Amino acid sequence: MSTETKRALLKPIVDDNPVTLHVLGICSALAVTTSLLPSLYMCVALTVVAALSNAAVSAIRHILPSSIRIIVQMTIIASLVIVVDESLKAFAFETSRELSVFVGLIITNCIVLGRTESFASKNPVGLSFLDGIGNGLGYSTILILVATTRELLGAGTLLGYTVFPNAADGGWYKPNGMMLLPPSAFFVIGLIIWAVRTWKAEQVEKPEFRIHEVHRTEVL
Amino acid sequence: MPEPAKESGAQTDTVARTLLVALFVSLLCSSLVASAAIVLKPRQVENAIEEMRRNILQVAGLWAPDADVDALFESIEARVVDLETGAYADGINPEAYDLVEASKDPARSIEIPSELDVAKVGRRAKHALVYLVRRDGELSKIILPISGYGLWSTLYGFLALEADANTVANITFYEHGETPGLGDFIVKPAWRELWRGKRAFDDSGELELRVVKGRVSADDPLADYHVDGVSGATLTGNGVTNIIQYWLGDHGYGPFLAKIQAGGGS
Repeated sequence: MSTETKRALLKPIVDDNPVTLHVLGICSALAVTTSLLPSLYMCVALTVVAALSNAAVSAIRHILPSSIRIIVQMTIIASLVIVVDESLKAFAFETSRELSVFVGLIITNCIVLGRTESFASKNPVGLSFLDGIGNGLGYSTILILVATTRELLGAGTLLGYTVFPNAADGGWYKPNGMMLLPPSAFFVIGLIIWAVRTWKAEQVEKPEFRIHEVHRTEVL
Repeated sequence: MPEPAKESGAQTDTVARTLLVALFVSLLCSSLVASAAIVLKPRQVENAIEEMRRNILQVAGLWAPDADVDALFESIEARVVDLETGAYADGINPEAYDLVEASKDPARSIEIPSELDVAKVGRRAKHALVYLVRRDGELSKIILPISGYGLWSTLYGFLALEADANTVANITFYEHGETPGLGDFIVKPAWRELWRGKRAFDDSGELELRVVKGRVSADDPLADYHVDGVSGATLTGNGVTNIIQYWLGDHGYGPFLAKIQAGGGS
């Protein structure tokens, strides 16, 4: 694997993660992560859409007039999302009901449009495809971490299988119901961002300004 | 690595080029979406039918998580009812009767008078499809398809009544577009459980069943007929009330239920 492909594919997983570094795609990360199974479907759906839309936009990048480039990118993304949504309804009916509107909302997921606009419109097809997969994987990593935490602590199960026997059924674990509510996804993502930025200090944003003592000479 | 800026930038931005690209992309995308819709349709229809049957089984209390839907469904008897008279229309084969199609067909459906159409159903088929569950030959449950407008969307579901055609056994909605997290309480098992044992008609035959605002208070004289609402989703609750009011009313299943109450339910 050349360094370039490796960069496109692997960098978005930790070093350039769309969720923890760019803080994109948070809304769906909050909504679908109450349990692991729908999150996995969501990850696959987003990765497929990101990779294919990147490849498609890259393929027409030389003929695409810049005046309509955003709407063309949106059209491509929207079509792919509809295809993915319809396929889920046909082949994973139960999960598609659980994901409800959130598959459709991939259209507005900033990660997808962000990558087509910033990467695919300037890079060759193969590399753009890999960049889409890479960013999909970066999103998936966070989604899976959040969903695992929430389902495990919120229900004591993983993928529906009991891990911590529930106190109500004679076990020892008392589920933390708050984990199943949307705010807990904020807390978990916040903790993940904190952990990543402690590990990789270069991801910490520079403060935009500092409060300091004003000297008389500075005031005009 | 990023490429140098497009050298043909001037050329790609002409009006003709822009229109051409727009046309090309739209054509390609629309054919992609259309073919996906056509190819996947049969499977989706199959899923929808199975989901509907699963809902009928659930509302009938016959559902077991791992059981085969089609096999369980064998035990349920579908009948076509003439809503105006409340009598069974034995001339129509329930197997072949498509309620959705019939509701759209001007010849087989009627426009609901607006003053009666509290649930904003619009048109309804002249004949309805009901499902009967029998236990040891005796009628044990009557399952009625219901539909109507909630807050954002049309709700489709089933109401199961006990053999007295008055006591509620269960309710379910299999299709809705209400607000996730608020209006979707109508599909939550805990709320659906509240319906069990409620009664639809009081002793004088008045339809009293409704979803109230907030909790049913302990001193509510009609507590047997009232179901808790959910605060923040009052309009969805009102929608359910309207659906019940219409479908159990005289223009809905009223005549049919009256016949069963009078003992003609076989």
